[in-house]
Amino acid sequence: MILEARGIGKTFGSVLALRDVSMGVEAGRVTCVLGDNGAGKSTLIKILSGVHQHDAGTLLLDGEEVRLAGPREALDRGIATVYQDLAMIPLMSVWRNFFLGSEPRRGLAFDVAKARRVAREELLAMGIDIRDVDQPVGTLSGGERQSVAIARAVHFGARVLILDEPTSALGVKQAGVVLRYIARARDRGLGVVFITHNPHHAYPVGDRFLVLNRGTSLGEYGKADITRQELTALMAGGAELEELEHELRREQ
Amino acid sequence: MTSVAGRAGGRTDERVAAGGLLRRLLIRPELGAVVGMLVVFAFFASQSAVFRSPAGIANWLDPAATLGIMAVAIALLMIGGEFDLSAGVLTGTTGLIVVTLATRYGLDVWSAMLVALVVALGVGFCNGMMVTRTRLPSFIVTLGTFLMLQGVNLGVTKALTGTVQVSGLRRAAGFEEARAVLAGTIQIGGTPFRVAILWWLLVTAVATWVLMRTRAGNWIFAVGGDEQAARAVGVPAARTKIALFMTTAFAAWLVGSILALRYTSVQANIGIGQEFIYIIAAVIGGCLLTGGYGSAIGASIGAVIFGMADKGIVFLGWDADWFTFFLGGMLLLATLANRLVRRYAEEVRR
Repeated sequence: MILEARGIGKTFGSVLALRDVSMGVEAGRVTCVLGDNGAGKSTLIKILSGVHQHDAGTLLLDGEEVRLAGPREALDRGIATVYQDLAMIPLMSVWRNFFLGSEPRRGLAFDVAKARRVAREELLAMGIDIRDVDQPVGTLSGGERQSVAIARAVHFGARVLILDEPTSALGVKQAGVVLRYIARARDRGLGVVFITHNPHHAYPVGDRFLVLNRGTSLGEYGKADITRQELTALMAGGAELEELEHELRREQ
Repeated sequence: MTSVAGRAGGRTDERVAAGGLLRRLLIRPELGAVVGMLVVFAFFASQSAVFRSPAGIANWLDPAATLGIMAVAIALLMIGGEFDLSAGVLTGTTGLIVVTLATRYGLDVWSAMLVALVVALGVGFCNGMMVTRTRLPSFIVTLGTFLMLQGVNLGVTKALTGTVQVSGLRRAAGFEEARAVLAGTIQIGGTPFRVAILWWLLVTAVATWVLMRTRAGNWIFAVGGDEQAARAVGVPAARTKIALFMTTAFAAWLVGSILALRYTSVQANIGIGQEFIYIIAAVIGGCLLTGGYGSAIGASIGAVIFGMADKGIVFLGWDADWFTFFLGGMLLLATLANRLVRRYAEEVRR
């Protein structure tokens, strides 16, 4: 277990955003955090990535209790977060974006040859099919951008990779591409936290599933303990179940 | 899902093989300016034998050089997403400081230049601090410093001399040496060329290297492209922008000193109106008004177009009033061409 949350809670003023939530992230495993809008998913990942500090429960990194002071500390401890907006500059090339803020140097200069080569190698190692690392990021599709951001986090030594709804704005095919890179990151030994509100995206790639509802945990399940239908039912609740089952049937 | 392993095995992708070179040329920001420069040169050179003679080239490279130094600095700043309207009048301020200190306060020219440099960098630092701290548009902030400097230039000059110019730099200690370095001429093939041209080439080369081959260059593109995203990955955005404003101020100091040494006197209203010429040269050279895109070489080429038109119209015996008409036309054409090129570059790759 690299990262573990035990009974984590967080309040904003009088609002209980998160209450008694426990979850674990193992190396080479994908932990999915599921929940509808307002379930507390973003509060939880902001605690894990150091943006917020928890005010109840404990956070353990490699079995030791930690309190992350900020995103920089989280990053230094190997917890990288890829947000939906990705922090990439559309007019800049893929390799410039890849190393932005951490440019390799050679003497005084930015080692451009190395940056190009490493960016290409890292993308290939992740199986990411970028036509040309010189093309501006603005010309990539949404899925490709997510993939480059994931490859960047892997390259800069992340042990835990937190992905904030990486598939939510994507079409089915694009989402599939991103899911594949999540699997690749997992296979390279990273612990992945995959936040989504789509059980169909979560189930194929996930090893553990934490379902949140209105700030509390509805339980953390191993893949063996829950079927896709049960997961969907747990997430959606009874009312929408029928409609969702219908959707599910058409997809299969 | 197709397997990428097979495709990934080859070094180059089949989709970049065709048209890659052409497109790579087309998406260079300075392409429009290069074409414009060739057209303008061909036009004037075919009409005027003087224009294409070495002496003529030396003649039109001179205004290109002093404008080019400023345009390159402004281009870096614009790529970084900001404007500096005070840059033109700052060339006047630095020139006035150099001449005033060297003629009225007994400083030698080098010391006077050093003081002017410190003042210029101070102005650039203030511009940068105000823009990064307040998050106000740099257009407004530097419009403020522009007007203030304009007032100071006139007010102080009048108070000290009773006129609107300071003169007599020739008598100051160190004048001849400083002039040889910054405002002299060198013989190339029997034709005297201004030394300022070498300074301009040096500034362009250094700026291009910084932009394309250093971390700072990567940060300049990033803060101009998307400042929030740049901050998120640890780019020191405020520091980068302040440094850019100070670079512009440094260029203003260099140009102000060159002009002061060349003419040995400085008018208190010098440089006013030039700030837009710098921006025009940078835009002709491919800089986006919205930041994040552009080139230093492009800005220099924009300055060359300016110099060729400035002198070419005179060589042809036309009324110099037509110059601004020409400049406006060039600006519109360049902006349209840049937009088309960029659109093509971005669309064709999807």
